[in-house]
Amino acid sequence: MTANNKSNTKSTETLLIRGGRVVDPGNQRDAEMDVLIEGETISRVAKTIPAPAGGRVLEAKGLVVMPGLVDMHVHLREPGHEGAETIESGTRAAAAGGVTSVVSMPNTNPPIDNVSGIRFILRRAAETGLVRVWPTGCITRQRAGDGLAEIGAMVKAGCVAITDDGDSVSKTRLLRRAMEYAKVFDLLVIEHSEDKSLKGDGVMNEGALATRLGYRGIPKQVESIAVARNIALAELTGARMHLAHISTRDSVDLIRAAKKRGVPVTAETTPHHFSLTEEAVVTYGSNAKMNPPLGSANDRDALLKGLADGTIDAIATDHAPHTRAAKEQEFSIAPFGVVGLETLLPLTITQLIEPGLLTWSDAVKRLCLNPAKILNLPVGTLSEGAPADVVLVDPSEERQMSSFSSKSQNSPFLGWTLRGFSQAVIVGGRVVIRREALKTV
Amino acid sequence: MKDLIGLEHLSGAQIEHILETARPMKSLFTRSIKKVPVLRGKTVALVFFEASTRTRSSFELAAKRLSADTLNLAMSTSSVTKGESLLDTMKTFEAMKVDFMVLRHSSSGATELVGRDTKAHVINAGDGSHEHPTQGLLDIFTILEKKKRVDGLNVVIVGDILHSRVARSNFWGLAKLGAHITVCGPATLIPKGIEDVFGRKVRVCYKMEEALKDADVINVLRLQRERQEGDFFPSLREYTELYGLNSERLRLAKPDCLVLHPGPMNRGIEISSEVADGPRSMILEQVTNGIAIRMAVLYLFSGPNGFPANISAAKKGKKSLLEIGN
Repeated sequence: MTANNKSNTKSTETLLIRGGRVVDPGNQRDAEMDVLIEGETISRVAKTIPAPAGGRVLEAKGLVVMPGLVDMHVHLREPGHEGAETIESGTRAAAAGGVTSVVSMPNTNPPIDNVSGIRFILRRAAETGLVRVWPTGCITRQRAGDGLAEIGAMVKAGCVAITDDGDSVSKTRLLRRAMEYAKVFDLLVIEHSEDKSLKGDGVMNEGALATRLGYRGIPKQVESIAVARNIALAELTGARMHLAHISTRDSVDLIRAAKKRGVPVTAETTPHHFSLTEEAVVTYGSNAKMNPPLGSANDRDALLKGLADGTIDAIATDHAPHTRAAKEQEFSIAPFGVVGLETLLPLTITQLIEPGLLTWSDAVKRLCLNPAKILNLPVGTLSEGAPADVVLVDPSEERQMSSFSSKSQNSPFLGWTLRGFSQAVIVGGRVVIRREALKTV
Repeated sequence: MKDLIGLEHLSGAQIEHILETARPMKSLFTRSIKKVPVLRGKTVALVFFEASTRTRSSFELAAKRLSADTLNLAMSTSSVTKGESLLDTMKTFEAMKVDFMVLRHSSSGATELVGRDTKAHVINAGDGSHEHPTQGLLDIFTILEKKKRVDGLNVVIVGDILHSRVARSNFWGLAKLGAHITVCGPATLIPKGIEDVFGRKVRVCYKMEEALKDADVINVLRLQRERQEGDFFPSLREYTELYGLNSERLRLAKPDCLVLHPGPMNRGIEISSEVADGPRSMILEQVTNGIAIRMAVLYLFSGPNGFPANISAAKKGKKSLLEIGN
């Protein structure tokens, strides 16, 4: 694999991606087509495009050509926890996973709750990032749950949404104010839905397994109580609310009903929640400890159904790197979270597309188009004139996940053999990753 | 089997083998010389990350009566959280070439975590709310000694089941040996899904009067006073009123019902003095039996491959311990 890290140089090249299966639901395309990239943008998508003089050609026969993935939930850990991840290593992991846009969470140290924080992320991304980074800012000052952060100023600086992710905003009136305020900027509010007091010292899903292992349980109502409140606030304020990492059947049911009523809510779930159940805790220990916790088979079924019928709009990783030292502790002490950028695409392919739950087109909606739409980002499609963020995917390539490009390796999928990996990743017209096997002319 | 993590992982035959082995160990206690040389030259490290008097001294005596050398390490959890990780601490002891690590820790799963990473035999002396296998074994040994059987007995476990590792080890052991298990306590202290976890139906009862009917054994758990602050129950007085074992309630059980308590007791709270000191009380017998059980465990796990899974094969060709002692 070759990686090109000079993200500050703009592409002026011409590149033809020839003969691949173009899956681009934003333009209702799913057919064998050619894609022409000129400079930083997509200039043409058509049945046959002649090879441009002086340009490069990527042979995509047998590959899926789709927009770069947009992961709307990523913890890049910089500033403050650079031992676990940096913007450089996190975006390198993203590129390795076919993710060309990452939406960074603001629960860093210090938290991103003001203009200089947003500028810091954007500057570091420009200096070191391999893919696009879209920063979010905190809802509350210091992410402390008291008092609004300078939302308007952060929006001006480039903040694409606000969230106190890692925690929910427990003061309901404050969250209401934040939503009313955000509405003026047509800014998305992302809520980590959790009733903290009900969660208490819980570390895994409540039930028979937690009882057997002697771990404190987290009842599924910890999430659904907060989801119900958040839906009610979206209804009250009319502001757009996005519900992060949905993990239970009750939440899916609440969201489905809310959408039917026309409440402006959207939702995401993660590959680990739709691929695993709480049983993974027995096998993978603290690498299966995350918040919200892995649920029952019943919850997982509901997530799969919710993804299939569109109740759940997006797949996001909640990529949460932690150092080996932090994770190699007693289960109750080890931090919550797993990395996910490099397993997002193959898990979507093997768990959702191959069993027939999602068509390729629907999967690309959940991975690219919908997150971009929810956040008003100009990516997620292969429209003519759109930024040339493209991935070439070989759905049949198998790899054993022996290590990750991320600085952290905390994943239950380590050691798994997965299928469906990107062969080339293009960001703004530049080929940032290309497998040697891929033929170029 | 290298480590003793919990009774969950032992078969009924393995449990019975430990109980049988504990019997000759106990008969040593009445001799003037209470020591056998079976673990001479072995080192047993007692690593306790939680305060403990009886379990630690019980293991220490057990090891000494088998002629092992002991290393006592009372780790204050606070100094550990400041610096060294659990695994680093345990690797340090491994580097000292100890043969056994008897580990007590406040986190569930801690012994398994350590066991996976060390060559020494790790014996769980209580991990969080998970298991306390030697306590489960000594409770069952005590029952077996008096009742001559476990199969078919009605055993009632009363109190804070949610936080209790003693309860979980009892459930596994009793279920594997065929006892009928009832738990009783406030709903806030009964963990979810308990009915179907332990391979045999556990009956849940919220009223003492109902739970104690036809009981052959009552195992009263220690009530941690801190639980009141976690809103699990309103007051100690009310707890005692609803779930305290007194002589009046004991009369609801079978007349030869045994009363067990893992200690230390809160007299007048979960158990009245009358019952604790009464003829049905096995509480001090449990303490004596604990040493025999821990001797049996250390002895049976001391082989190069630990505790064999195939008991009948292992029994063959092995000299009785008392012969070795002579």
